[in-house]
Amino acid sequence: MTSPLIERTDAAATAGARLRRVQPTLVLAILVLVVVLAWAVAPGFFTPVDPVQGDAAAALQAPSFRHLFGTDATGRDMFSRTVYGAIHSLSGAIIAVTVGLVLGTLIGVLAGSIGGVADDILMRLVDVLLAIPALLLALSIIILLGFGTTNAAFAVGITSVAAFARLVRSEVVRVRHSDYVEAAFGSGGRYLAVLVRHVLPNSLTPVIAYAALHFGTAILAISTLGFLGYGAPPPTPEWGLMIAEGRNYVATSWWLTTLPGLVVVLVVVSANRLSAALASRR
Amino acid sequence: MTTLPQKILPQDLAAAASSAGAAPLLDISNLSVSYSSRGERVRMVHEVSLSIRPGEVLAVVGESGSGKTTTAQAVIGLLAENGQIDGGSIRLDGTDIAGWSPKQFESVRGQRIGLIPQDPNNSLNPVKTIGASLSEVLRIHRWGDKRATRARVIELLTRVGIPEPEVRARQYPHELSGGMKQRVLIASAIALQPDLIIADEATSALDVTVQKRILDLLDDLRAESGTALLLVTHDLAVAADRATRVVVMKDGRVQESGRTERVLGSPRADYTRTLLRDAPSFAAGYRTPRSLPGTLSRDLPGAGETESVPEEVPGIRVTHLVQEFARGRRAEPFRAVDEVSFTVPRGTTHALVGESGSGKTTTARAVVGLVRPTTGMIEVAGQDLAALTGEAARRFRKTVQLVYQNPFSSLDPRQSIAQIIGEPLRNYGRTTAAERAAAVADSLDHVALPRVLAGRRPRELSGGQRQRVAIARALILRPEVVVLDEAVSALDVTVQAQILDLLERLQDELGLTYLFISHDLAVVRHLSHTVSVMNRGRVIESGRTADVFGSPREEYTRTLLDAIPGRTPVTAPVTATPTSPHTP
Repeated sequence: MTSPLIERTDAAATAGARLRRVQPTLVLAILVLVVVLAWAVAPGFFTPVDPVQGDAAAALQAPSFRHLFGTDATGRDMFSRTVYGAIHSLSGAIIAVTVGLVLGTLIGVLAGSIGGVADDILMRLVDVLLAIPALLLALSIIILLGFGTTNAAFAVGITSVAAFARLVRSEVVRVRHSDYVEAAFGSGGRYLAVLVRHVLPNSLTPVIAYAALHFGTAILAISTLGFLGYGAPPPTPEWGLMIAEGRNYVATSWWLTTLPGLVVVLVVVSANRLSAALASRR
Repeated sequence: MTTLPQKILPQDLAAAASSAGAAPLLDISNLSVSYSSRGERVRMVHEVSLSIRPGEVLAVVGESGSGKTTTAQAVIGLLAENGQIDGGSIRLDGTDIAGWSPKQFESVRGQRIGLIPQDPNNSLNPVKTIGASLSEVLRIHRWGDKRATRARVIELLTRVGIPEPEVRARQYPHELSGGMKQRVLIASAIALQPDLIIADEATSALDVTVQKRILDLLDDLRAESGTALLLVTHDLAVAADRATRVVVMKDGRVQESGRTERVLGSPRADYTRTLLRDAPSFAAGYRTPRSLPGTLSRDLPGAGETESVPEEVPGIRVTHLVQEFARGRRAEPFRAVDEVSFTVPRGTTHALVGESGSGKTTTARAVVGLVRPTTGMIEVAGQDLAALTGEAARRFRKTVQLVYQNPFSSLDPRQSIAQIIGEPLRNYGRTTAAERAAAVADSLDHVALPRVLAGRRPRELSGGQRQRVAIARALILRPEVVVLDEAVSALDVTVQAQILDLLERLQDELGLTYLFISHDLAVVRHLSHTVSVMNRGRVIESGRTADVFGSPREEYTRTLLDAIPGRTPVTAPVTATPTSPHTP
């Protein structure tokens, strides 16, 4: 009634003001993600060197202009391997996030909108899923499905279903009890129409932000599986696998683990930054 | 337009004379405050001047956005983070505190100026007991040792009229009613005997009867200790009843100020006149029978006495409605609505009035079909609601529509206005986008909103505009019955008057039947033909509005009516002359 806040009714002006106040860290984060995405799409554009074929004469060379990230024991260019590795990590992360998002949203929406016994059963299943350590669960799934990048990504996705389901359910329950949803039923809305028109659009904003956050986590998880040898088989230039292979040379050739590791850290941090921006945009 | 009697009591003159001599306790001159929003500074308060003498009640009246709260916040050093005082002075006993740091303000807050916040439900720490919250105030200001503090807390709770203070002190906020919580907040505001208390819409969220008790309590405290009171309110009637002097604000500027009788009796500013005209408490008279359909005005049935118009199917007929809610396995179910019966003839307005918890909203929701009655029958436009299930029930929703109290929560924030108003059409039968657009444009005209708003989102609209959208959505299906659940309670008086006019006009044009739920009896008197007074789930009195309000049979109805502020002719309350200066 006595809000001192100034209500701006001009949406265009608001959007303009938002654009003018550029956040440098967000721009940087988006830049990092765009570059990595470009690596995944057109690796040949960034490096002419083959990522798998090594030059034995140039083994274990420190970073230089010729080899930006140095070379490994078989003389393969590490920068080239990192660039070509982007597609494995990114596509893996996308699969993982999609699996988590779709299955999680499905469970969450069902539990939140039906309620009652269905809610109880679904959410107890989710509790069970949450009780198993994520890595253990991912490893078990991979052993069931077989090794490989796609299976590893799928396993990582399954481990995140529970968190997505919980988040979606809480949002759906919140929105479902709002006046406007009741009003939609009151004006003759059918169950599905109300679900699609009102409940879903209003509950998905935090879920999208969480998906972006999970994108970073998924890259990390897939790299972890690669590092442990459950992901892509050698000589695939997968980031986690590359770090694992460089492990034996940490004392002498630091670049083998450090530089690909830095790339992973940068991408994860960037995804988190983007997620924070999405979450605050409510 | 109303004429208010110019009644000045001798003691008022004496009080005026004595307080005119005293130096002002608080003297604000040319105060300007601005807020920065996304790099722009917007001035919200423009060169406001006002002063309060010891023991005086000053009401700052205005609608939302008038800058009245900002002014009060500036006095106590609690401006929002993006707020800034641009100029002017705030003198407290002669010392300018306008430029003080937050640290310096700590010595003023509580000690010299007490604040009673707007919403009692959000102003107490939910994880602390009442006693702990109160003793915290005393502890911060090093009032005394543990035992003395404890004794003082009990004393304060007793002082503000809380029964069983020892028990209450150990309870948590959620165990207390809204009125009780506001009493606790008042206790905390007077704990250190400040010279000035700022009450920022302190009673706006409360029932009229509770509001009256709280305002009486503030009056007593003032008379007793000579504390000055700055009453920030949107309610002109409250100001009329309680204030010695009134400052009317609009758009951050003072429109008019002076003694209450003068400002409200013979207002000089146009805006004050508008406010007086729009305030329902001042608008005299009941709804004219003109708008009643011809045959009905002759023998309008008292609600509850059914079957007196047998020739016509009533808009709503509720018989022996009982609504119970389970309270766990062991406990008896809670009976929210108990044997309620009333009949609303077509084309008329029936009001359900009562305090919060009286069961009026539950009754309304049952009429719309949102809750199933435990027992009893509800007929809407001749159709028994209990006989409808599934698709038939959905189809029937066309006939009865509900307008919610809060226009901020009843509209989907992601939809455009056109989508919101057009949605009911999508739910019933096939309509093309063009047909819907035409219908929406038509509806917007109906509720007097510009057509350009169709593309906007709810957040770009003001509260009044949003409520019009909600009404347009309810009317687009051409329902026969509209249930309005506190639909105008959250609006400023001017907007409220516009919406009430709109509702009245639409009823005349479309022959709508309204069930009007409200705790505001002044608004009810204005809009409804018949009324049922509810208390603890039962209808205790019903009949024509003029009869019930004019000569109430029940004590409870009388209490409700007496509590409406602004009913008594404007006379300034007796100003207490401070006997001794404040001693900490």
